[in-house]
Amino acid sequence: MTAVATAADALRFSGIAKIFGGVKALDDVSFTVGAGEVHCLAGENGCGKSTLIKIITGVYQPEPGARMEIFGQDYTQISPTQARKAGIAVIWQDLALFAEMTVAENIAFETMLGNRPRGVSYARLRSVAVAALARLDVDLDLDARLGTLPIAQRQIVAIARALVSDARLIFMDEPTASLTQSETDALLSVVRTLSARGVAVVFVSHRLAEVLDISSRVTVLRDGKVVGVFPTEGMTQSHLTELMTGTSFAHDVMARDPSGPDVLRVEGLTRAGEYDDISFTLREGEVLGLTGLIGAGRTELCHTLFGMTRADRGRITLNGQHLHFRSNRDAVAQGIAYVSEDRLALGLIQLQSIADNTVLSVLRQITGAGGLLSAQKKEATVSHWISELSVKIGKPADAVSTLSGGNQQRVVLAKWLATAPKVLLLDCPTVGVDVGARAGIFRIVRALAEKGLAILLVSDEVPEVYMNADRVLHMAAGRIIAEWDPRQTGLSEMEAAVYA
Amino acid sequence: MHSFLRAYPTESKLLAVLLILCAGLSAASPDFLTLVNFTSLLNNNAVNVIWAVGLLVVLIAGGIDISFAVAASVVQYLCVYAFAAIGGGNWAIGFLFAGGFGLALGLINAFLIHQFRIISIVVTISTFNAFFGLLMFFSSGRFLYNLPSWWSQRVILWEYQTANGTWAEVILPVAVMAVCMAATWVLIRRTTTGRQLYAFGDNPEGARRAGIPIGLMQAIAFGWCGMMAGIAGLMQSHITKEVVPNALVGRELEVLAAVVLGGARLGGGRGSVLGCFLGVLLVAVTQNGLNLLGVSPYAFKMVVGIIILLAISTSNLDPAKWFGKGGKA
Repeated sequence: MTAVATAADALRFSGIAKIFGGVKALDDVSFTVGAGEVHCLAGENGCGKSTLIKIITGVYQPEPGARMEIFGQDYTQISPTQARKAGIAVIWQDLALFAEMTVAENIAFETMLGNRPRGVSYARLRSVAVAALARLDVDLDLDARLGTLPIAQRQIVAIARALVSDARLIFMDEPTASLTQSETDALLSVVRTLSARGVAVVFVSHRLAEVLDISSRVTVLRDGKVVGVFPTEGMTQSHLTELMTGTSFAHDVMARDPSGPDVLRVEGLTRAGEYDDISFTLREGEVLGLTGLIGAGRTELCHTLFGMTRADRGRITLNGQHLHFRSNRDAVAQGIAYVSEDRLALGLIQLQSIADNTVLSVLRQITGAGGLLSAQKKEATVSHWISELSVKIGKPADAVSTLSGGNQQRVVLAKWLATAPKVLLLDCPTVGVDVGARAGIFRIVRALAEKGLAILLVSDEVPEVYMNADRVLHMAAGRIIAEWDPRQTGLSEMEAAVYA
Repeated sequence: MHSFLRAYPTESKLLAVLLILCAGLSAASPDFLTLVNFTSLLNNNAVNVIWAVGLLVVLIAGGIDISFAVAASVVQYLCVYAFAAIGGGNWAIGFLFAGGFGLALGLINAFLIHQFRIISIVVTISTFNAFFGLLMFFSSGRFLYNLPSWWSQRVILWEYQTANGTWAEVILPVAVMAVCMAATWVLIRRTTTGRQLYAFGDNPEGARRAGIPIGLMQAIAFGWCGMMAGIAGLMQSHITKEVVPNALVGRELEVLAAVVLGGARLGGGRGSVLGCFLGVLLVAVTQNGLNLLGVSPYAFKMVVGIIILLAISTSNLDPAKWFGKGGKA
């Protein structure tokens, strides 16, 4: 796994700068990857990671003065074609595969390129695909339509496709973002296989644990500058976070005993195939953590609590009152708010303005004369929440897509807090949010709890619930199998139980 | 067999429905399962199939074309005048001209779509109106009967007198249909260009990043569709022995419906020649059956509409989902 940089480096870049409209996106950056090394590129959103990758792959040209060497050869300028020919491949987060085509065709797609029409030999496509998969020690059904494969296998297809084009250095952009733990493990083992066969891999990931697990060295970028290159041996997550953000975060346990009355009580809740016999109570002002692997049934449980699906058995009581939801409109009316895990697709309407997104859930409350929307009430609501949650925005009329992940998440929160909920269901609120911005979101969560809001914090990252929740429930295969008090149970113990 | 079912689920389903329908109609009407009826079904639908395989290529590439039927009318007019200008012509020149004019009209669509980055439905609705308007204006709505004799004389490829004295025959358009189907199949299944068309329709951004020339893809897709439309126009006039400016307008939706019925996806990236053929045939057999059963022709369109709705809505149901595998995260 650890082929440390040797004389034959895959990539040796130095003096890389890039200026966009007067702003230095990259400033005298050096980046070296050894042949066959697994290297990690770490840094917060906006630190210059993607700009650097785009320069290496020839999408952007660096400012003059850059020294660029790929597999021992000097370049004064790199075009995308040159980068590809030199053996560099990028696997973007969206994978750029073809859902309607077969696995074999996707892997061997390279052989079908070119402007002059040629005959297609499906036998040759297959043999090319078989050879590429053999190099990864992976077995896939070559005739399956790609669209029918789970994301994890599509990722393998994308990697195999890169190998077909003779890639010797593969960039992977957030490859594990939507994978379960076992899928991630499978991917990491493929990466190790690649590395063992001399293919260097540059890993870009938010998940620090796996960064430290898989890579031998990590280059940390902050504000367009290299903070340093560190061996991962002996590096801790908290130290890496500090390097990335430049500040140290309290990793203290925030847990305390909320004194308020029970707000939400769930008894024996069951929905076939999703979750089974779930019981817990949530007190006023409490942050209750719910953790478990992807697929444990956490999101499904949230959907029922929010009235989007109906339980087969069991009951939900809110402030002593039985709840029967016909739809999530009822849930909202009863004071339950749900911040979904898929912020981009479900939480926000990306093309609409920040203001429109904020008031989406409370349109009825901001009507004026004749039941028409009142611009004044809307403005008041929007500016109240923007300042309350300190969302950093240009103008409220800007599209929400112009905001960073952390600020988008705050807009989602604002949208739901505007409904004045009693219970807030937070489903993986930090997916795609930077380490620095995460702390900000959890400060808000804590402040909301102080004001008496009952919060169910769902997350597959155990440290998050460990640090921010008052109590932690562990869900596995649809059941709650443990309850922990972070003041008594250590993080490593929780992680061992969850990731076992 | 199993691999065919897996690779062509829509086509297999369609084939099964078609066979059941045929069996039912054979039982219900003695006139259905006859050589005469089958050959006339083929003769009458050859033009639709030629259009369909042209449109298929556009759908695979992620576009849509509304203008091809009207384009076929334009090609018919251009051909009449061009043949007159060169003093008659023959079949070889006929195919060359019809295909060439059609190709040119298709390339106009491709140019507008690519150059101005307008979505294809908007462009082809515009060219549909422009082509039709120009045609009506310049022809003043006149019919043309002065077709060269090679064009209007029925070419019978095969005929057979059945026991009761009626003649079963297969005419030229059926052979042309077969050639167009074969050529389209080779293009989309057997050439790299065809696979690039699929990829482009499936994931345009992915195709762009892989280095597929987008403009060329549009030109090939709409050019092919135009060429097929021109050839279909030539065949249509061969059958009717006349050129009527508004004879074909409206047929585009019928063909589009049949192609979608045959498994082509409006989003691009999916569709097959076999599916097109079966789609056209299913609609045709249904109409034929209703006709033989004495149902009012006014009900035809309604029934066809219902069939298409059923086919499209059931194609999104996955039987595998009904058994086992419940909710997954």
